[in-house]
Amino acid sequence: MKAVRLPVVMSVLSAGAACLLVLPLAGLLVQAPWTALPAQLAVPAVTSALRLSLICSFAALAVATLLGVPLAWVLARLDFPGRNVLRALCVLPMVLPPVVGGVALLLAFGRRGLVGAPVDQALGVALPFTTAGVVVAEAFVAMPFLVITVEAGLRGMDRRFEDVAATLGASRWVTFRRVTVPLVGPSLAAGMALSWARALGEFGATITFAGNLSGRTQTMPLAVYLALETQPEAAILLSLVLLAVSVAVLLVLRGRFGAAP
Amino acid sequence: MFAAASLTGAFGPVKAAFESAHPGTTVLFNFAGSQQLAGQIVNGAPADVFASASQAQVDVVADAGLVAGAARPFAGNRLQIAVEPGNPRGVRGLRDLARPDLKVVVAAPEVPAGQYATQAFARAGVDVRPVSQETDVSAVLSKVAIGEADAGVVYATDVLAAGVDVEGLDLPADVDVQATYPIATLRDAPNPAAAGAFVDFVLSEKGQAILRAHGFTQPA
Repeated sequence: MKAVRLPVVMSVLSAGAACLLVLPLAGLLVQAPWTALPAQLAVPAVTSALRLSLICSFAALAVATLLGVPLAWVLARLDFPGRNVLRALCVLPMVLPPVVGGVALLLAFGRRGLVGAPVDQALGVALPFTTAGVVVAEAFVAMPFLVITVEAGLRGMDRRFEDVAATLGASRWVTFRRVTVPLVGPSLAAGMALSWARALGEFGATITFAGNLSGRTQTMPLAVYLALETQPEAAILLSLVLLAVSVAVLLVLRGRFGAAP
Repeated sequence: MFAAASLTGAFGPVKAAFESAHPGTTVLFNFAGSQQLAGQIVNGAPADVFASASQAQVDVVADAGLVAGAARPFAGNRLQIAVEPGNPRGVRGLRDLARPDLKVVVAAPEVPAGQYATQAFARAGVDVRPVSQETDVSAVLSKVAIGEADAGVVYATDVLAAGVDVEGLDLPADVDVQATYPIATLRDAPNPAAAGAFVDFVLSEKGQAILRAHGFTQPA
């Protein structure tokens, strides 16, 4: 790669961007009471929140991938009336303020909700106040990221490889599995990383829809929020832990499944 | 004016009455859980007056050296059990809240309302397992009002403010917790004169009458 002389404007603006993104993280690292970290990690409520956050965010990622990839495929490859409307609706959770998303989830899946009411009448179960509810809330906010990214990847790939596979006798499922998915790999990896990160950090929809109870619905972001007023040092340490876990997983995801060349 | 969430209903008319008595002054409110407000003040948020739902939160601010003078109690509040109109689950008292088939919501232990609820449970000798601990008492009330929770422990004033959406059950006197609300002016108040005037108004007959009308009691 030959050396590029960056125009001054670009240098200044990109430096500004880096500062905006990095300085808060630097503040967190510098101001953290590091010596209290081991004690904080031993608190049962903390390990519980961390475990719950990891379980729920990965479960939400699984749901988002399982449902999101087919949806992305439909939006990218099929042409039908109302497709643009469907795409706009699928992206809506990304735009909605998270608490509004939580209220919407209650109206759909709560005990008085559109779908939730009949289910509660028939089976006596409802999603609010359950760990499953946390997963649903996180999947709701995270899935659009995956759908958007994968759809773009599917649109951008060279479809002739799929045609060649077909002429060579591969079934549609084999073509999908061995040609399409690898070709769209980088987009899928990026979409999954974004979705997972979004799910991990979700707060508003979770607390509104699933509530807050240690061990069942209190994820790390909720724990940080509650600790912030009464135990700021604990809040800073919790934030650090979340940051470290996020960075580790993101690095692994991008490393293993390949960043774009 | 940083005020506990439970004061939202009453302080609207207090603001109107104060502003008409002091033309040219505008009162801006920041309503939230008292512990959130205490945290914000300690972190440097510019506030003139702090009205808390418990002395503990004022102590947090006082320990940071940010209270001017002494905090004075200006209102009292009692607890009630909030249920849906018509009380469809047949809740009669705190003991019923321990029923495994009931979804009970309380405020988080960091919130004054949550602490008061825990005290009431201890006094009644009941082991209540809530399904959620909300970040402020208004959220507890909404969960009951929208039908997600069967019962919630809130202030009597919250039930009054919710009108027809919610029904309230009183607690027996030996179990009920009397919440005392202190009000204090802050050391770094941007407008100390107005702050003092507002506190005086709240403690005056007119201010107290408005609070009474919204269900607050005499401070203990």
